Amino acid sequence: MHAPDGFIDAPISAAAGVLAAGAIAVSLRGARRELDERTAPLAGLVAAFIFAVQMLNFPVAAGTSGHLLGGALAAILVGPCTGVLCVSVVLLLQAFLFADGGLTALGVNITTMAIATAVTAYAVFRVLVTLLPRTRRSVTVASFAAALISVPASAVVFTLLYAIGGTTEVSIAKVATAMVGVHVLIGIGEAVITALTVGAVVAVRPDLVHGARGLRQRLKLRVNGELVDAPESEPAPARSPRKVWIAGLVASLVLAGFVSFYASANPDGLEKVATDHGIDEKAEEHPYADSPLADYAVKDVDDERLSGGLAGVIGVTVTVVAGTGVFWVVRRRRTDDGSGEPGDGRGRSDNDDSGRDGGGSDADSSSTTSSPV
Amino acid sequence: MGAGHAHRLYRHGNSPVHRLPPHTKITAVLAFVLIVVSTPREAMWAFAVYAGLLALVAYAARVPPGFLLRRLLIEVPFVAFAVLLPFVAEGERTEVLGLSLSVEGLWGAWNVLAKGTLGVAASVLLAATTELRELLLGLQRLKLPPLLVQIASFMIRYGDVITDEMRRMRIARESRGFEARGVRHWGVLAKSAGALFIRSYERGERVHLAMVSRGYSGSMPVIDEVTASRAQWSHALALPAAALVVCLLGWVL
Amino acid sequence: MTADTTPAPPSLEVSGLAFAYPDGHQALFGVDFSIARGERVALLGPNGAGKTTLVLHLNGILTGGTGTVRVAGLPVDKRHMAEIRRRVGIVFQDPDDQLFMPTVREDVAFGPAASGLKGPELEERVDRALGLVGMREFKDRPPHHLSFGQRRRVAVATVLAMEPEILVLDEPSSNLDPASRRELADILRSLDVTVLMVTHDLPYALELCPRSLILSEGTIAADGPTAELLSDDELMRAHRLELPFGFDPRSVRASSAPS
Repeated sequence: MHAPDGFIDAPISAAAGVLAAGAIAVSLRGARRELDERTAPLAGLVAAFIFAVQMLNFPVAAGTSGHLLGGALAAILVGPCTGVLCVSVVLLLQAFLFADGGLTALGVNITTMAIATAVTAYAVFRVLVTLLPRTRRSVTVASFAAALISVPASAVVFTLLYAIGGTTEVSIAKVATAMVGVHVLIGIGEAVITALTVGAVVAVRPDLVHGARGLRQRLKLRVNGELVDAPESEPAPARSPRKVWIAGLVASLVLAGFVSFYASANPDGLEKVATDHGIDEKAEEHPYADSPLADYAVKDVDDERLSGGLAGVIGVTVTVVAGTGVFWVVRRRRTDDGSGEPGDGRGRSDNDDSGRDGGGSDADSSSTTSSPV
Repeated sequence: MGAGHAHRLYRHGNSPVHRLPPHTKITAVLAFVLIVVSTPREAMWAFAVYAGLLALVAYAARVPPGFLLRRLLIEVPFVAFAVLLPFVAEGERTEVLGLSLSVEGLWGAWNVLAKGTLGVAASVLLAATTELRELLLGLQRLKLPPLLVQIASFMIRYGDVITDEMRRMRIARESRGFEARGVRHWGVLAKSAGALFIRSYERGERVHLAMVSRGYSGSMPVIDEVTASRAQWSHALALPAAALVVCLLGWVL
Repeated sequence: MTADTTPAPPSLEVSGLAFAYPDGHQALFGVDFSIARGERVALLGPNGAGKTTLVLHLNGILTGGTGTVRVAGLPVDKRHMAEIRRRVGIVFQDPDDQLFMPTVREDVAFGPAASGLKGPELEERVDRALGLVGMREFKDRPPHHLSFGQRRRVAVATVLAMEPEILVLDEPSSNLDPASRRELADILRSLDVTVLMVTHDLPYALELCPRSLILSEGTIAADGPTAELLSDDELMRAHRLELPFGFDPRSVRASSAPS
């Protein structure tokens, strides 16, 4: 779903462009912090992977097939910052090389398909991984949930942009119906594929799954054939909880913003729709009683409520989950800092350590792989 | 969209448009599209003039119309959306061929179709006349963050390599009698995707080693610099300038 | 260990090198050898012997173990890293990893440009390196449009462009058809640099390198004239090195022994 030019009006496209540029700037710094000088080749290769995997067709039924959008997958595998970068670069090149997605809509596309998906997915994933028991299955479950929510979240952000800057007066409830309804379905597919893919990676190279860093226990006995020559390093400072915190905050702000917007806009919209449909039904019902259109029009109101509700529920769920996550991380951090018991932190201990002495671990790791230059 | 990405849009040539420095072309196309998007949709004639302008550029670039039109197919999903608009949009309604359509929706559909099509056409012209490498140099010149340009350049360099690996994995699957037919087979496909990720990531690590071995220290050495003369700029910007005049007329008339 | 004393400092001097990966896996257990300027030496060894680990120490990508590596008298350490990386040219096994730039020309220019070369000087350096491997007319092609053999040659050129003291090749003959293999051999023979060639391809080692080292279980197990080592059946068997069927090093000895 690459939005073309003219879909969203110029001011909002520009605003989304500014937002996207800002997010990319933040991600560039974040990625550099995570991967230091390895950023360019690693992010480039992951972008190439996302680009390729979007072409992998997953047959659904009767000749139809779907493919991965990849935002959630990227965020889980390489972290939110690098994930945002990779998907943004893919979108950028798709726009310039394949005319896929309008150039003026690039900001909109990056905001909805890179930022919204990656940030939401990562927040959800991180929260679930923290809450669930530390097993591989939890990583799979968390990936599923993260990808599932990321797609409608992207639709919600798109709807929000459309609500402010859409070039056609369509009731927002209708856009939300169409977008969220369809995207929940797409989200299920995305979730299954993402979970299976992350599961496949975790089974072989758990150390490569950024979101599962904390999971690494002493189970790395497998020496993968020739893999020995690529020494895996602990990427210098692992994620500090603060970043998760900020990501969660941003996600909940965006969603909260949308929910409140929706709440305030909705009565209007509903009223309007109701009157419109009063007129509609008179005009339509007689000549087209048995056409699918008529059905659609009659069913519409129900659907709208349902979908409005659905959108609301998803929004609120995400907000609550993200909010809980923020709370959890903050509380967790406080207790960790206070007690500092190794037993308590378990898998997370490496995160917390690097959070505290980020500078020192940098030097350590540089001696093993990336040498100082 | 699957197959659409497999082939590149670039058409080799030596037209005046091909020879323009990439950053001037990118600027021109961006400005043009922005102007198109800002044009009031009621000024239908303006869009016809825009199409005419693009046709002129296509002629100068020796891009055959058939090529251009075929690439417009990428828009199809949005055409479907646009077709729906008159049925679902709000407001005053009108009867066309016995169907009750929203006037607002009709305008909306026209708006999306006209602007979207012109946008795609402009991007196709840019992609058809600018080599990948040049495009990156142009973006770099336009002050896109260097790290982002590097990532993009690695993606372009390895896009084919990874796609090829994916193709080989598919052939390997099929040679062993596996063909993905439905949801039941997603597990196998996802395993391939996972393996592909691991290969890509490890290749990234090896590429990094190769770079470091040749003195990489975080920033790419500048090997090529693109520059544009004033004449080249004025040639490139003729397109958005003409469009701007049309746009302003569109607002005034 | 070579006993010969050359006037110039040896191109490469490794002593007491031991290294364990962060995961605890120890790959090198005290490696000692030195290579004089202009020598062509093969580094032989079974899979998992630590060959690649050793190679990554030569230009300081891996450090942190014990022992020292000196390149033309210069110790490999943080202070000299840029110079070391210029002097040690590593050609990796998969040319696709090595050729990461969009065109051949830019790829070959990458190393010299990173060390500060610019303009016509850079152009000239690129032309010279591509000329040495006979790839000058492919300058503006993207690497992925070349054949495998051509890519390997360009990979050699990318390293030659840095005018290295020593050229380190990781499995140079892998995946090459016989013609490309011979072409690469001709190129390597024509170069006037020290060469360390890491390989499983024993006939290739015999053809190109008068001297060989056998790395096994993290140490140098043997060091001597290639033909002699290859003819020592017991040594070969002990280190899982096998000659191809029907290949007898004694029969080729006379033709390629001179260096």
